[in-house]
Amino acid sequence: MIATESLSKRFPRVTALDRLSVDITPGVTGLVGANGAGKSTLIKILLGLSPATEGRATVLGLDVATEGGAIRERVGYMPEHDCLPPDVSATEFVVHMARMSGLPATAARERTADTLRHVGLYEERYRPIGGYSTGMKQRVKLAQALVHDPQLVLLDEPTNGLDPVGRDEMLALIRRVHTDFGISVLVTSHLLGELERTCDQVVVIDGGKLLRSSSTAEFTQATGSLAVEVTDSDACPDGTAALIGALAAAGLTVQPVGRAAEFAAAGSGHVVLVDVTGDDTYDTVRDAVTDLGLGLVRMEQRRHRIAEVFQTADSAHERGSSDAA
Amino acid sequence: MPPESLTAPAQDVIHNIGYRNYSGARLGRAYARRSLFSQSLRGAYGLGRSTKSKVLPMTLFGVMCAPAAIMVAVAVATKATKLPLEYTRYAIVLQAVIGLYLAAQAPQSVSRDLRFKSIPLYFSRPIERVDYVVAKFAAMASALFLLTAAPLLILYVGALLAKLDFATQTEGFAQGLVSVVLLSLLFAGLGLVVAAVTPRRGFGVAAVIAVLTISYGAVSTVQGIALARDNTDAIGWIGLFSPITLIDGVQTAFLSATSAFPGGNGPGTGAGVVYVVVLLALIAGSFGLLMRRYRKVGL
Repeated sequence: MIATESLSKRFPRVTALDRLSVDITPGVTGLVGANGAGKSTLIKILLGLSPATEGRATVLGLDVATEGGAIRERVGYMPEHDCLPPDVSATEFVVHMARMSGLPATAARERTADTLRHVGLYEERYRPIGGYSTGMKQRVKLAQALVHDPQLVLLDEPTNGLDPVGRDEMLALIRRVHTDFGISVLVTSHLLGELERTCDQVVVIDGGKLLRSSSTAEFTQATGSLAVEVTDSDACPDGTAALIGALAAAGLTVQPVGRAAEFAAAGSGHVVLVDVTGDDTYDTVRDAVTDLGLGLVRMEQRRHRIAEVFQTADSAHERGSSDAA
Repeated sequence: MPPESLTAPAQDVIHNIGYRNYSGARLGRAYARRSLFSQSLRGAYGLGRSTKSKVLPMTLFGVMCAPAAIMVAVAVATKATKLPLEYTRYAIVLQAVIGLYLAAQAPQSVSRDLRFKSIPLYFSRPIERVDYVVAKFAAMASALFLLTAAPLLILYVGALLAKLDFATQTEGFAQGLVSVVLLSLLFAGLGLVVAAVTPRRGFGVAAVIAVLTISYGAVSTVQGIALARDNTDAIGWIGLFSPITLIDGVQTAFLSATSAFPGGNGPGTGAGVVYVVVLLALIAGSFGLLMRRYRKVGL
């Protein structure tokens, strides 16, 4: 789908991309990075709109430096920022955008009706966009990126500004773009957690450098941990402490979370984080809880935050540089 | 109950046929440019937009044509031997209407895409910056041409109906058309440049009117002073500094128009060449400025 080879982009004062080599296969790919990590610069180069300082890149087998027009005909793009005029209806706007992609007038109208239905806009598509909610606007933005049936869509922060429900709906929709529509997706975000659920592959960049590129499964395995919450019992007044002891004895790496921010919302201060080493970890935890006679409140995959990837990558990087020295 | 009847009701519901791929034609860059041109041109008269946005352009179009219709009616009724107004003079006399139209429609054409940041959606498609600028420029110039050429056509048809001399009228009409083509290109360029640097539509309207009226006011005043001092040479040169007097100068020198300059002191052929050069430079310059403007707002 997308391949870059030591792709660099330098501006007079900043290096936006630094010898980035990455190979993206068909499917849903997450591009993760903090603000200013070079995500948008990469998208610009991939669309053939900004020449790379050095290195090369191909999209759908087409060279970005020489075949930008052909790439843009086969690729859809959804920008991060608001880009919709408020005084026209979604239908009119998407029809116009379809024609800008080269679709004949009749086909543009048919595809617009289809696409808007697929992204979940029905009667409201005849009303001016100005009156839409943020979620509906995001859907219109997605529709204009899909209307010409591209082979690949580049979605820049599609969940920005959405509430949790809207976020989940958008992520499900993105998943469907690949599974039902057969269109490959490159989606950027600064939240690794949400991409993990949606993507087949995750690419993490920071400061224009590739930190990591792997399938989501590998990701979860490498950095996976399990949040376990138990009740206290008469036999064990502090169930959490007892569990930590038992699990440590079983040879697992355990740490209490306490009132960590992400669990505080659930109203619990008794969560234990267990590093997952394999499928048998789940059995060990279950057995330990049963043996202690505690009640198991929950056991869930913990969501990763991008910070963790950066930490591990940083330490790996330091190791690398000390090796070099 | 036989099992078939269980599936029978499903036949009346509309099936979700799922996603259909598009395998039809993709007409590419030139088609997209043409589409953008026609959409912008239609938009300049409010077609394909709300009823409210049709009112102003259509009214101005009517105001622009009405005097021509009246003149024709008078000419036919009185069996006049010539039209009360030359073809080339018509646009100069009605310059305020043209200015208003430009001020209303140029921001509508370019400011919306800039203000609502729709530009990246265009540039992530096959069309490129130059296509966008060419389409918008051509659409605005064509809209102005329609506005200024329609009354000339009314005059011409009317003149023929009044049985005026065919050769003279055709020549005058042709000269008038050349003049309004130049005027349309110049005004479109200036209007779009001003509108493109003022993304707020209200400011854009005010800025376009200001550029047209202030320059014309200043030039006329200075020309008036020059006339009072009998400095007829200067009158011709001062006309270079406002769009409408520039057109006036060019058509006085080359299209046998009567100058609207104070005392009728239009530029001669020598100065006329300078006028044409400045005119072409301004048109090319506005195109260049628009290209520069859109380089910045890319993605």
